[in-house]
Amino acid sequence: MSGEIKIEVKGLNFYYSGGIHVLKNITLPVNKNTVTALIGPSGCGKTTFLRCLNRMHDLYPGNRYEGEILMDGKDILDMDVDIIRLRSRVGMVFQKPTPFPMSILENITFGLKLMDIRRSEFVDRVEESLKNAALWDETKDRLQESAYSLSGGQQQRLCIARALAVEPDVILMDEPCSALDPIATARIEDLIAELKRNYTVVIVTHNMQQAARVSEFAGFFMTGELIEFDVTKRIFTAPSNKLTEDYITGRFG
Amino acid sequence: MSRDKIRRFENSIALSLCTLATFFGLFWLIFILGDVIVNGIGALNLGLFVNDPAPPGVEGGGLRNAFVGHLMITFFATLIGVPIGLLGGTFLAEYARGSRSARIISVLSDIMVSVPSIVIGTFVYVILVKPVGHFSGWAGAVALAFIMIPVVLRTTEDMLTLIPWSLREAAFALGAPYYKVIVKVVYRGAAAGIFTGVLLSIARVVGETAPLLFTSFNNAFFSVNMNEPVSSLTVTIFQYAMGPYENWHAQAWAASFIITIVILALTIVGRSIISWRYGKR
Repeated sequence: MSGEIKIEVKGLNFYYSGGIHVLKNITLPVNKNTVTALIGPSGCGKTTFLRCLNRMHDLYPGNRYEGEILMDGKDILDMDVDIIRLRSRVGMVFQKPTPFPMSILENITFGLKLMDIRRSEFVDRVEESLKNAALWDETKDRLQESAYSLSGGQQQRLCIARALAVEPDVILMDEPCSALDPIATARIEDLIAELKRNYTVVIVTHNMQQAARVSEFAGFFMTGELIEFDVTKRIFTAPSNKLTEDYITGRFG
Repeated sequence: MSRDKIRRFENSIALSLCTLATFFGLFWLIFILGDVIVNGIGALNLGLFVNDPAPPGVEGGGLRNAFVGHLMITFFATLIGVPIGLLGGTFLAEYARGSRSARIISVLSDIMVSVPSIVIGTFVYVILVKPVGHFSGWAGAVALAFIMIPVVLRTTEDMLTLIPWSLREAAFALGAPYYKVIVKVVYRGAAAGIFTGVLLSIARVVGETAPLLFTSFNNAFFSVNMNEPVSSLTVTIFQYAMGPYENWHAQAWAASFIITIVILALTIVGRSIISWRYGKR
């Protein structure tokens, strides 16, 4: 596994409030400009892991991290890390499309307004991010329309565009296609392949074909542990762990 | 009789009792409304809106003072009550969501909604009229605001709770601080519902008499000074309806008619916003 490392997770343990131990000693690297897929059965902790990377768990009291998550060499679990800044560097796309109750244009500019970006740049940024999310052609004539007027797949691409507009380094995707039909899914997958040119992508997916199609690296989670982490090809063709093999061949999960 | 027949018999008795009760209620409702409409429309004239009251016993005169006073009191009550209710509801639904204190405050404001309004009137009398030494429009506005606050607070809380949490997370994930998430995303999504709550709370207080009796009292003269007693339609209705003069009665009918129409309109607009915004989904 060569290449520049963007995120290095070292001995990460995570506890939900009440002391429930959900992530157990996770260590894995995320390479820059690659797609890393996290797979595993429901409840294995892959989404919980993903949400550690932008410290989403801090929204709820009582959650606790242990270990280190080094992003560009700096531990984002440090007390003095500015979470607001961190989240503007680490974008997130959720399972269900979450357009804001406003126009398509305002959805994109929402993040821009939070940062010190000049209004004169907005037009270019909006066009660029919608183009990068492969949504420009469908929306360029209706930017003032409500985001709810878009189809489910378009809404999800809008959410991707919204995340791209603030130019993050890393994009986290939590089963971004699970609420979409196969055609919309294919479009998002194509998009993910494009995204890795400029961004580092970490994606949680239930769909193993999807993981095989879009990712270079894959981690297999089970009951809060990282069972195996390797190049995706090897995970799917020659897994070194019996559990991984059982899972990808469909014997459980 | 067979069990089946007994069951049918019981059913028809229950049904007729329910129907009877409904018609009994409807009868009085239509009677009251009809009375107000027939007598009210008959007493309407332009002079009612442009003239101040004539001396007792003298024909003519109008209720300009009461119309203006009522608008002032309601306006300032809204100005005081809505921001407090809105911010309180936001606190309950956002910052204190799910906490014990939030639940207690919710229950307390539900109780507040059903506190007899005269109790609020006497309370404001004690804190704002007695110490100052005279009735004032401000005291009336504060009393009405006290009635509005729990209504606005609970609707705001309910409407904000309806906004899915995932929407807030999405805004947080873009690096938004909590207050911006609330102001720019959550309020935006709940705007129609909150506005409806405000309308319904105005409808709730616009017909109140009891809290004004001890606070803004009444003023036979035209006054826009909120530090003085201010006339209101409802208190004027109370006074005129009890009075001995025929033209007082007529003006009380006209005022009742107008207040009823205003409340009806506010309620209808409020309800239709609800069904337009929330009914279809």
